[in-house]
Amino acid sequence: MANKKTEEGSNNRRNFLRLGLMSSVSAVAGATLISNLTADEVEPSGEKIRVLTPDGKMVEVDAKSINKYPEAVITPTESRKGIPDKKFVMVIDLAKCKNARKCVEGCQKAHKLDDHEEFMKVQLIQNNEEGSPYWFPKPCFHCDEPPCVTVCPTGATFKREDGIVLIDNERCIGCKFCITSCPYSARQFNWGHKEKFEDKSQPYSPETQVPAAEGTVMKCDFCPDMLRQGKLPHCATACPMGVIYFGDKNEDIVTNGSETVSFSQLIKDRGGYRHLEHLGTKPNVYYLPAVNRQFPVERGFDVDEEIIERYKDVPFVKELKEQGKL
Amino acid sequence: MEISNKLINDLAPTKFGKRGVIWTISLIIISIAGIIAYIDQVVKGQVVTNMNDYALWGIYISNFVFFVATSFVGAVTVAVLRLTNNAWRTPIVRIAEIISVASIIMAGLTIMIDMGRPDRLLYLFIHGRMQSPIIWDVIIIPTYIVICLLLLYFPLLPDLAILKNHFSKTNPKLSKWYGILSLNWSGSEKQKSIQLKSIQIIAILIIPAGFVLQTVDAWLFSTLFRVGWDSTNMGAYFISGASVAGVGALVTVMYVIRRANKLEAYITDYHFDKLGKFLVLTCLIYLYFNINEYVIPEFTSKKEEITHLNHLYSGQYAPLFWFVIIGGLIIPIIVLLFKKGRKPLPMFYVGMLVVIGSWWKRFLIVTPTLLQPFLPIQGVPESWHHYFPSFHEWIITFATLAMALLIITFLVRYLPIVPIQRTADEQEETEINKSVISKTVTP
Repeated sequence: MANKKTEEGSNNRRNFLRLGLMSSVSAVAGATLISNLTADEVEPSGEKIRVLTPDGKMVEVDAKSINKYPEAVITPTESRKGIPDKKFVMVIDLAKCKNARKCVEGCQKAHKLDDHEEFMKVQLIQNNEEGSPYWFPKPCFHCDEPPCVTVCPTGATFKREDGIVLIDNERCIGCKFCITSCPYSARQFNWGHKEKFEDKSQPYSPETQVPAAEGTVMKCDFCPDMLRQGKLPHCATACPMGVIYFGDKNEDIVTNGSETVSFSQLIKDRGGYRHLEHLGTKPNVYYLPAVNRQFPVERGFDVDEEIIERYKDVPFVKELKEQGKL
Repeated sequence: MEISNKLINDLAPTKFGKRGVIWTISLIIISIAGIIAYIDQVVKGQVVTNMNDYALWGIYISNFVFFVATSFVGAVTVAVLRLTNNAWRTPIVRIAEIISVASIIMAGLTIMIDMGRPDRLLYLFIHGRMQSPIIWDVIIIPTYIVICLLLLYFPLLPDLAILKNHFSKTNPKLSKWYGILSLNWSGSEKQKSIQLKSIQIIAILIIPAGFVLQTVDAWLFSTLFRVGWDSTNMGAYFISGASVAGVGALVTVMYVIRRANKLEAYITDYHFDKLGKFLVLTCLIYLYFNINEYVIPEFTSKKEEITHLNHLYSGQYAPLFWFVIIGGLIIPIIVLLFKKGRKPLPMFYVGMLVVIGSWWKRFLIVTPTLLQPFLPIQGVPESWHHYFPSFHEWIITFATLAMALLIITFLVRYLPIVPIQRTADEQEETEINKSVISKTVTP
């Protein structure tokens, strides 16, 4: 029952976001979209959808025609601009995370990542010996003062108007300077050749980072391809607990799929903070502290042995192991 | 002003003996092995190295930093000793210039080995952005290569002319090459004044260029958010460390060449003594910066800082750390403070120790820091918590070192190591001085 409700909510939410984002989709793809519509004779479905043309007119088109239209590929040059008038922001509610790892898996599937390639990582953080550990999902923070962009010698990694930091792997020379510059270890390197790099069925776009390329860097991208379709990033959609809120700072609105709230109010009410604020990188990912938790931290150990092994250096895990509880 | 035949015969380059040939061939073999390993790396990707997403700079980078540091010897000895008018520099400057040239050329090549996409090298020029410290390196390294080459070349001109005549009968082919390279040097007053001016300009230019080079190298690290790098100490720390590495290398190479070319009469104990004092001075300055870097952070004991330091003091890198500090710095200082320690043979061992210590020191600057990120390393294979270079990395690194030695060997084979003309001029001067002194002293 609850699940069904969530699904409904998320659908409503998606439609809501779609309205906001549709204008930007058509701004990029609009010209071709319209010509496509006129060229093809499609049997109308009767359902009409309103879209914005590049010259700012609202037109009504048949829903079927839109579905038929292939998704616009955002080329590396186009991907540098960003989605107009947006300022994307993510809020992660640590009180709700139980290390279900659905965000990680959803992200890996969408970005065609292998086992240890994780744009989203779930870390177990224990701030001090007495403190209670908590699960800490960590994407790229898409900083407003991104050190990676500063040090990149070729501009392969760049900051867009909508706040997203992306990598153009056709420009990257593989110096790895950006990986060392990131204080959050958000970036990964393709050390060797992999078969999946040769899969050219999907044209390369920095917005999807597929296919990846040998000797270049990759990282969490906030899924701009989804955003253009008015959908949430894969991690936010995949999370069963509604941990990950995503939205637009300009509109002051974020959603986790089931509830839509005011971003500023959420941060105020729940004591939102940014990780390692003192570094001055100004992240666009906020955290809500792990207080009044919905699950005990132990719930997160309901995973593979291999995953538990990752956290063996955390004092709390050591303790559990000594007591034979793990 | 006739230069004695003895002087020319002593100082002109000679063919290698058996040992020299074996040495050269070994270096060529190691270099070729490294080139093969590098080709393999290009084909298979950097997966053949043991680097990973955390320890993502390994010995390729630390080796690069070592070469950059060693190349500083040209700026330190040649230019500084020249400006301070230290006459004892004459027989050793050319060795320093040769080491500088070899190291900076190899530094330029080594940095490319670490590139994930060497095929996109030109992007650095096409898409280069001035704000990136890598572009600063792209600018300063070629500049420094040119300055180093000129600093080696200009003072060589008179010697090349001498060698042209010297070999005109015994080896006309070689003589022709010397002739071309000597740019028709005749020794006229006009030529001399141009040469002197050029050398002076280059000798002054190499000091800021050397400082910029070392500082940019330091900034590659200190511009990043990393414990152990994010330090205002870095620029000066690197400059002083480069002096140690450079002078250490100079002492070692000087000893070997002196023995191989039988130059005992020209490079004397006196020169070793002087250079020993110079080396101990650089070591003491470096020790001072090491205290700043490794002891002072203990007082504020920030969590990340202290984890990093403990990693070095007593963690997995502790044996290496203490070897570098004690073997590469403290023992050399103690030995060199004694007059007996500044004799050629002990100096050679000290020089070796300093060079090996300097090489590992760069490794300790680069890798342990990367293994101490702000967020704990979780969710990666167990092997990613450590780093030790792979077979490919060692072979390639040894090859770069062999190539540097090969450049030095090649230049030693064909250039007069002790400047002939200047030695002759100085000998003449002392003769004149002697006669002047004796004339004025005797009533």
